[in-house]
Amino acid sequence: MGFFNRIAAITLKEFRQLSRDRLTFGMVVMIPLIQLLLFGYAINNNIRNINIGLVDEARSFASRSIVDAVRATQVVNIVRHYPTVQEAEAGITAGEVRAVLVLPANLDQRAANASQSQPLGQWLIDGSDNIVSSALLGLRNMPLQELQRSYLPQASPVFEAVLYFNPERRTPVNIVPGLLAVILTMTMILFTATAIVREKERGNIELLITTPLRSLELMLGKIIPFILIGLAQMTIILMLGHFVFDVPINGRPIQIVGATLLFIAASLTLGLIISTIAKTQLQAMQMTVFVLLPSILLSGFLFPYEGMPRPAQYIAEALPATHFVRMIRGVVLRDAGLDNMRADTGFLLGFTLVGLVIATLKFKKSLD
Amino acid sequence: MNNIAIEARELTRRFGSYIAVNKLDLRIPRGTIYGFLGPNGSGKSTTIRLLTGLLTPDSGTINILGLQLPAQAEQLRTRIGYMTQKFSLFGDLTLQENLQFIGRIYGLGRSVMKQRIEELLTLYELADRRHLLADELSGGQKQRLALAAATIHKPELLFLDEPTSAVDPENRRDFWEKLFDLSDSGTTILVSTHYMDEAERCHYLAILEAGVKRADDTPQNLMANMDANVVEISGPNLRQLKQQLLQLGQVKSVAQQGVQLRVLVNRAVTDPVSQLRRDCVALQPSHQLALVRPSLEDVFVMCTGDRS
Repeated sequence: MGFFNRIAAITLKEFRQLSRDRLTFGMVVMIPLIQLLLFGYAINNNIRNINIGLVDEARSFASRSIVDAVRATQVVNIVRHYPTVQEAEAGITAGEVRAVLVLPANLDQRAANASQSQPLGQWLIDGSDNIVSSALLGLRNMPLQELQRSYLPQASPVFEAVLYFNPERRTPVNIVPGLLAVILTMTMILFTATAIVREKERGNIELLITTPLRSLELMLGKIIPFILIGLAQMTIILMLGHFVFDVPINGRPIQIVGATLLFIAASLTLGLIISTIAKTQLQAMQMTVFVLLPSILLSGFLFPYEGMPRPAQYIAEALPATHFVRMIRGVVLRDAGLDNMRADTGFLLGFTLVGLVIATLKFKKSLD
Repeated sequence: MNNIAIEARELTRRFGSYIAVNKLDLRIPRGTIYGFLGPNGSGKSTTIRLLTGLLTPDSGTINILGLQLPAQAEQLRTRIGYMTQKFSLFGDLTLQENLQFIGRIYGLGRSVMKQRIEELLTLYELADRRHLLADELSGGQKQRLALAAATIHKPELLFLDEPTSAVDPENRRDFWEKLFDLSDSGTTILVSTHYMDEAERCHYLAILEAGVKRADDTPQNLMANMDANVVEISGPNLRQLKQQLLQLGQVKSVAQQGVQLRVLVNRAVTDPVSQLRRDCVALQPSHQLALVRPSLEDVFVMCTGDRS
């Protein structure tokens, strides 16, 4: 009986301690609850409303009915009209649209001349996300009753498709840059958060407070070594991706480093904020996981942003990882520049500045 | 003002409904070693944290080295040193790396720092340990390292929060030699303790209990002006005798010390030895009674109202 009594004593003690550690207790309940709700909705591979552009060189009744038919599928959402194919390609590079539908000037001729079974138009598709590109490739064979074409069943696709940046549709091309976002999220947030909380736990902070050291100096001094660690991780991941998985590195190094530095800064400030809230290293780790899971699932790393319902998209927009996944895929695969992606660049900059202010204000130099 | 290092008036700090420090007045002259003596939870640490600016008082004023707290706390930082109760340097840095870190924080120049670290390593007998991790040091060595770190910038005022709670008596004596050296060179030292022998070494002493200052003077005056006389009783059946003595109104406290009872008798009683013989029926002729010189512990017991 002593055996079970002693086990019961330990179990009871653990429960008591757990119930006093409010944050841990909250996480025990909140992590499954929120994550399940979010991801039950978010993980959805039926992609809708992919942002695309249109180059309509025909400007005819036929071209308008094709556009209406494409729009009616609800798979795509026409957000841009480009006058030329060149400008449309630039739009794909900058990440404005995922694909462009090009309807040639001789569209009506092609439509009338069904026997030659020429494709009516062409899809130019950003291949950097395979799930998105396969959804678009599905549109190649869409039926077009509106044109009352007589060539059903079709011998050839209605549209021709060209995949940019990842023509073989290889998964690593999509995954490796995204993985950079996930790994940096995990290490950067966790390292900073625990580094400061560890000093709180060990009592080092009490000594530091009585010295002339300022909060901001402490924060920045803590961050700098991790910036270097983050850059080292970036180099390892991209080198491995390039030489082992044959991921093309199309972007200029300065742009890649710039984008990564922005993301590292944002992640580190998030880690600092966590460190001002968490009292123990365990709490800091749990809070990191709380940020990490949505960063994996909602950032576009595993599942495309377009497949998520609105609320999940709002949450995704608030995560630095979402913006970095867009940026790093753009820079690495499409050779986009940071100036092409001002919204994402601006978000990360703003996030860092606001976060640094919050962390510094929260880390008061007193024990009150 | 110039010869006063610390002046506090009506200093009060609450934690929720608990009053940790209650209307404390302090006036500590420069160049002295001033002790806070009190049981655990008497507000010693909280007072030190208030005086170093780590905590903000709920009410009251603090003036340290001519600066107002908490408003001018940042200006004070380079002029004070603080040795925490718990070892708060970095266990995973070597002794020398720890000192270099603290030196850089205080903005010491490269050559000044190098010289200062050598001085401190020699002074605190740590030179041969300089490449050991702080975690590998013994209790006494850790404490000397902490003192070296707290004095690296030659502060005018040094706060020590129970500095010797983790070391043996011999190390404690050595440590106090170092404190007297610092005091001799003009440093004002405020030290909290619950050891009587340590308290007795201070120039001035404040006895704290439950956040209130019960007494405040030199140890000699505290003992001389105590509100009780001390009678030592030896003989048989001391446990029962103790209970009997505690019934008497003039007896403030009875404590057993080995084969003796130490009885504190109200000072108003002119001849305590004969008075006790008259009043206490349990006292037998075989009991030896003697009037003895008060100790600091007696003062402490009187102040903290202990009747055990």
